Amino acid sequence: MELCDKKAIELAGLLKKKEISSRELTESVLKRMDQKEPSINAYISKTKEIALKQADEADRRIRAGEAVSPLNGIPVAVKDNLCTQGIKTTCASRILENFIPTYNATAVQKAINDGAVIIGKTNLDEFGMGSSTENSIIGPTHNPINRDYVCGGSSGGSAAAVASGEAIIALGTDTGGSIRQPSAFCGITGIKPTYGRVSRLGLISYASSLDQIGVLGKSADDCAMMLNSICGHDPRDTTSANVAKPDFTSSLEKGVKGLRAGLPKEYFVEGLDKGIRDSVMNAVKLLEKDGMEIEEISLPNASSSISSYYLIATAEASSNLARYDGVKYGFRADTETDDAVMMYEKTRSRGFGSEVKRRIMLGTYVLSAGYYDAYYLKAQKVRNLIKSDFDRAFKKVDCIITPTTPCLPFKIGEKMADPLQMYLVDIYTVSLNLSGLPGMSVKCGTVDGLPAGMQIIGRPFDEEMILRVASGYEKISV
Amino acid sequence: MEYELIICFETHVELDTRSKLFCDCPVRYNASPNSAICPVCTGQPGALPVLNKKSVEYAVKAGLALNCSVNRLSRFARKNYFYPDLPKGYQISQYERPFCENGYLEIEGDDGAPYRVGIKRIHLEEDAGKLVHSSDSFDEADYSLVDYNRSSVPLLEIVTDHERNPMRSLTEAKAYLEKLKQTIQYVGISECAMEKGQLRCDVNISIREKGKKEFGNRAEIKNMSSFRFIMDALEYEIKRQKEIIESGKEVKQETRLFDEAKKITLPMRSKEDAPDYRYFPDPDLLEVALDEEFINRIMATMPELPDQKLAMIIDKYNIPKNDAITLTRDRAISEYFIAAIETCEDNRRLSNWIINDLFRYLNDASVSIAECPVKPEDMARLINLIVKGDLTEAIAKKVLAEMFTTCKGPDEIIKEKDLKPVADDSLIEAILDEVEKENPDAVSQIKAGDTKPVDFLLGQVMKKTKGKANPKIVREMMKDRFKV
Repeated sequence: MELCDKKAIELAGLLKKKEISSRELTESVLKRMDQKEPSINAYISKTKEIALKQADEADRRIRAGEAVSPLNGIPVAVKDNLCTQGIKTTCASRILENFIPTYNATAVQKAINDGAVIIGKTNLDEFGMGSSTENSIIGPTHNPINRDYVCGGSSGGSAAAVASGEAIIALGTDTGGSIRQPSAFCGITGIKPTYGRVSRLGLISYASSLDQIGVLGKSADDCAMMLNSICGHDPRDTTSANVAKPDFTSSLEKGVKGLRAGLPKEYFVEGLDKGIRDSVMNAVKLLEKDGMEIEEISLPNASSSISSYYLIATAEASSNLARYDGVKYGFRADTETDDAVMMYEKTRSRGFGSEVKRRIMLGTYVLSAGYYDAYYLKAQKVRNLIKSDFDRAFKKVDCIITPTTPCLPFKIGEKMADPLQMYLVDIYTVSLNLSGLPGMSVKCGTVDGLPAGMQIIGRPFDEEMILRVASGYEKISV
Repeated sequence: MEYELIICFETHVELDTRSKLFCDCPVRYNASPNSAICPVCTGQPGALPVLNKKSVEYAVKAGLALNCSVNRLSRFARKNYFYPDLPKGYQISQYERPFCENGYLEIEGDDGAPYRVGIKRIHLEEDAGKLVHSSDSFDEADYSLVDYNRSSVPLLEIVTDHERNPMRSLTEAKAYLEKLKQTIQYVGISECAMEKGQLRCDVNISIREKGKKEFGNRAEIKNMSSFRFIMDALEYEIKRQKEIIESGKEVKQETRLFDEAKKITLPMRSKEDAPDYRYFPDPDLLEVALDEEFINRIMATMPELPDQKLAMIIDKYNIPKNDAITLTRDRAISEYFIAAIETCEDNRRLSNWIINDLFRYLNDASVSIAECPVKPEDMARLINLIVKGDLTEAIAKKVLAEMFTTCKGPDEIIKEKDLKPVADDSLIEAILDEVEKENPDAVSQIKAGDTKPVDFLLGQVMKKTKGKANPKIVREMMKDRFKV
């Protein structure tokens, strides 16, 4: 096993004991990138020189005996919708093709402060809009398990990078499932923390009330380690919560005995792939055997989550993406016209991809005079209902277990012509964004050679619980 | 035909905060272009707004001053439209749940009775940047540049109610604007310097024939930054709308612009072309909850408002109403007056001197009261010298002129210029001897019982003493001397 295939937590131990250097580790990852990138296409930008410099600096800190975070010297990939100072940040969009931020996203800055080695910016669906990482200016990222298949999205580049050893761990963002779903498709572990747990400053907004930064890693303990670094209140993001910051690694070993998990009956119905269903149920049985209490619960409004999500997310997106107008930065269509409106039209028509334009138009419609009440307000009401479903359930159970996705990874190109089919891939994940809850995806089996993911949902700000369950499952599933 | 009118204002007041509404950038006028900007106020990807607390305090202060109810829960909304000076493609403003609602501002109505102009709402929003065209005329400009220094500077929008006591005449409109500006200045949340664009108005006007039930459609005139132009525009609109009605047509609901040179309004866009701003709650900002303690603390620190100050100056200092109005028109003037009155022995004389003399100097020199070179305590001292008879009014005027140009106190100037009054009675007796000798006819006339020439003789004495004699004393001495 090469260094780049090891878990972050193991590597942190090896680095601490000086058995390996961060430079060695970083070079191992860079070598893997060179080998795999031609077939995987996980990265939009590679930051080899910066990475090696940061690796040497991390090594210096260890040699000098400084107190370092476990993240010190670990190669981290960053989704390309997170601002990195001096490093191109494109959102996989032509409109930001050459955009270089003047500041680091808070989460990125915290990782850097803890000694993370930034190895590159990963591919995504343009502005996070998509479930397959096919909507990108650099083309699709391939699933490392089988390159004919999609890697999921929108944090598909991050997921594929971790799965292929092109990164040890990665930052992603999740607006409707964009961390959990690609984690499931690539057979890795991903966590979307509670809304407000991680600062959104520097996360290029898709839908502000749903967007959340999280971690994609090889295991629950890797995710916990990275989450320790990036979470916390940020006075520059008023939606970030001013809550206590636990040590997420401390609960990992507690096991699942005595915990109560709910299985929402609405999630195990027609439309769910049988193989995935069986995998999840097998996992649940293992957990039960290990002392977890399982009970069926009901989330009656679950079926409305996709429709309310696509109204709220597109409404916010239509406004969030208005700033890309060719005036201040980014792409501007060369136009002969001296008419500003024409400049806007051409810039935005050419600068955005078709899925982004579809969502901007949808969202503009949703907020229009005469439709606002029927669509936007109604969706907000449904959102509250979905939230109260969860509140009710969590009075009885400590966590909720569902499949992460209704289907296995599909072939590249397969769903591109049918947006609605693509939207339905997020059917089990969007409700967490609507209700702000934390959720994880862990691999729970293989179906026809493709990975299946199990989603674990927790109470607000109880990431410790879902990490504990995920970690407990990882231990018994080997 | 007689007409009735309804006038409403949406007034934008730039708040006097140190930093912008949603970022730390300083609020600066005349700074070099784009020198007070950051990722937030230029709409960089990933940037997030953080609310300036001071501006909320200011909004509440304005609300209390304008008798509004303060919403315990407020929220910001996005107003979506494209314009190059609007970096995010939306303006953060308020739609539902503004900070303050349902207030009034009392003015003197046309019938002389107090009239409470209805205030519908007061909300906070961010200003846009500024476009600078390569030529003075927009049509001739080759290109335009954007200066984002003003982007996200806090604005308070004060909207009058068109249903509850709107303004019914130009006089009321003017009274409202002046009282509003005065009130805002008193509250201390904006200088309201109109030449700096710190107070701008959108003006709504509609008219109806007297006796008719419904008012016609309203015209809105955008972005006016001078009271005089607002009056000109309103006058023009009344004339224009009357002509339309009299020709049997209907006034169109539209937005118009005022041409300052021609003093006419021109159509900008019709109701049909009115943009759909797609307001929705800004998901980047939390709802703002104001607790009682916060509001009570602001209430406790509210300064005296114009009406209270006016009443105080009339009742406590015994100043005639008209003079008191003049002295309270501007908060700085009233503060100057009150500072001076503390040590002054003649309130009325002080008031007269400030209104008649000091204002003239300030006007001539184009200096505001805040920058007045004559300190209030020096002004009081000057009046006290007159009261004591240590200075004649005539000399005092000279002293004040000197005070204004040199910033020195009256005593220092009197000493330097040797303007001290002649206090030695024997000296004046000697001068009176002289005057008596020189004017025998006048003296005999007085002694014969005709007191008319007394003033003439007094003038002679004043002339010989270069005005330094105390006329009161001289008069007394003449009375003794001529037994009248």
